[in-house]
Amino acid sequence: MSAIHQTWQVYLRNIRFLRRQPAYLGMTLFQPIIWLLLFGALFEAVAHIPGFHGSYIDYLTPGVVVMLALFSAGWTGMGFIEDIKGGVMDRLLASPVWRGSLNAGVVAYAGVTILLQTLVIVFLALALGADYKGGVGGVLVMLLGAALLGAAFASLSNGVGVLARERETLIGAVTFVQLPLTFLSAALMQRSLLPHWMQTASKFNPVNWAVEAGRAAAMQKIDWSVVGPRIGLLAALALVCAGFATWAFSRYQRSL
Amino acid sequence: MEQAIEARELTKSYPPDVRALDGLSLTVPAGTIFGLLGPNGAGKSTTVRVLTTLSRPDGGRAFVAGIDVLAEPTRVRHAIGVVGQKHGASPEATGRENLELQGELYGIHGKELRQRVEESLARFGLAHAASRQVRTYSGGMQRRLDVAMGLLHRPRVLFLDEPTTGLDPEARSEMWREVQRLAAEERMSILLTTHYMEEADTLASEIAIIDRGRIVVQGTPATLKSYLQGDGIAVELANGTHARARAALARVADVDDVRVDGHTLRARARDGAAAIPAVLAALEAHGVGATSVTLARPSLDEVYLRYAGRAFSHTQDETEQTAHEHEEVPA
Repeated sequence: MSAIHQTWQVYLRNIRFLRRQPAYLGMTLFQPIIWLLLFGALFEAVAHIPGFHGSYIDYLTPGVVVMLALFSAGWTGMGFIEDIKGGVMDRLLASPVWRGSLNAGVVAYAGVTILLQTLVIVFLALALGADYKGGVGGVLVMLLGAALLGAAFASLSNGVGVLARERETLIGAVTFVQLPLTFLSAALMQRSLLPHWMQTASKFNPVNWAVEAGRAAAMQKIDWSVVGPRIGLLAALALVCAGFATWAFSRYQRSL
Repeated sequence: MEQAIEARELTKSYPPDVRALDGLSLTVPAGTIFGLLGPNGAGKSTTVRVLTTLSRPDGGRAFVAGIDVLAEPTRVRHAIGVVGQKHGASPEATGRENLELQGELYGIHGKELRQRVEESLARFGLAHAASRQVRTYSGGMQRRLDVAMGLLHRPRVLFLDEPTTGLDPEARSEMWREVQRLAAEERMSILLTTHYMEEADTLASEIAIIDRGRIVVQGTPATLKSYLQGDGIAVELANGTHARARAALARVADVDDVRVDGHTLRARARDGAAAIPAVLAALEAHGVGATSVTLARPSLDEVYLRYAGRAFSHTQDETEQTAHEHEEVPA
């Protein structure tokens, strides 16, 4: 019980920062609009490639939902680097707080950001003519997939941030990972149109799991044979990454 | 709880080969302000980190408030308050929010928490700034908030790691008064590390000097000063070799404990004022020029010099060059 309570307190601390920076909050909400319109215009021609099925906005929406989850969750570790440099981390670690809740509270905060951004995309895409054949349930499953992916990458970011303790290292690691993972997935391009080796690589790419799960849940009648295993894998990954982050906190402490 | 802190034979090394703690043993009686003095790299911060469960020693045992630091770190965390060298408050949050989060993490909730937070804000003179972000606070205000946060859960043992470093003189004396009040009125046990001899002398009822990872001497300020017989003489040398200066002083009666530290020659004399003319004459006879002579009554600086083997002013210069907190830990 106290672990959940502490997680909630850490979450509240982070959400307050978001509230206190209206410009940042504004950009967070505006970013999905730009991405959806930009990628929609840029890749619209993809829909005309022989072998592509359906409308591109239907295709693109889950891709942008997942990309935004990946791109916004990747930076949570920066907060801990600030905390280490400012002395806040030592104060937290000297308190009886459960180490796991330091990570979990920030992961929950990343989840709320992802929820807000997904809502913006879902409604904007609806206005642009997207057809959610999976209904509200399907959209919620798409959100779940994106949130689990975001949770995994937020934990990874926290863990790497705490171990590296330098902004530059984390920035390098995050940017190194984000774009390749995006392009090794069916986020923007139908998988059958990718080069063969990329199709193979995408099978092991969590971003692709989330994209395919979201697409099979929201944009068609929910296909649980596609959605189930991918959501399961993403949940397992999120847990493993949370374990890594919690380990990183004790690793950091041992290094003091 | 008889002893607030009991450390036995603590050792800790950092790779590649820095021995931060080298068999450090320490006893802090309950209800006292205990001053831990030493130059940077002596092991002060490492000692505090081990005792506050932030770091694990390689060997040895430690008990804080009677609880085994290694076996039951979570219980120790409940029993102690920690005010680190750096500010522990989140700059983006308000003073009140920082205190509330701190309380929640220690299991204080609801009405009880709100009441304690308001009391604490009032007591540390932060009530007017409670709803302001901490980034707008002055250094003294931030430090008071740090202490308020360290005390909110009413710890039995409080750790103050260089609490007045970087404070202006007014904020410093204010902090001193608060620390004295805590010990006197609340019978709290306080371990204080400091670079400032004056601070240790004013606040601490007992002092330990730490050098190269071990305690070299421990006692009340008065006892430590009484170990030094007579006065200290310091001569700034203009020229001449160390050997010649030493040889010169070897012949002066009633002067002993001669050491040369850079360009400064130090010695002790039973009656310093009487010995100075003889010292200067002896130096001149050996061709060693002197630019200035100072006479010092026994002080903690002198005690420090004697036991840490280096002049305190010298190590303090090094301190100011290393602004980084982990000065004891090579990156």
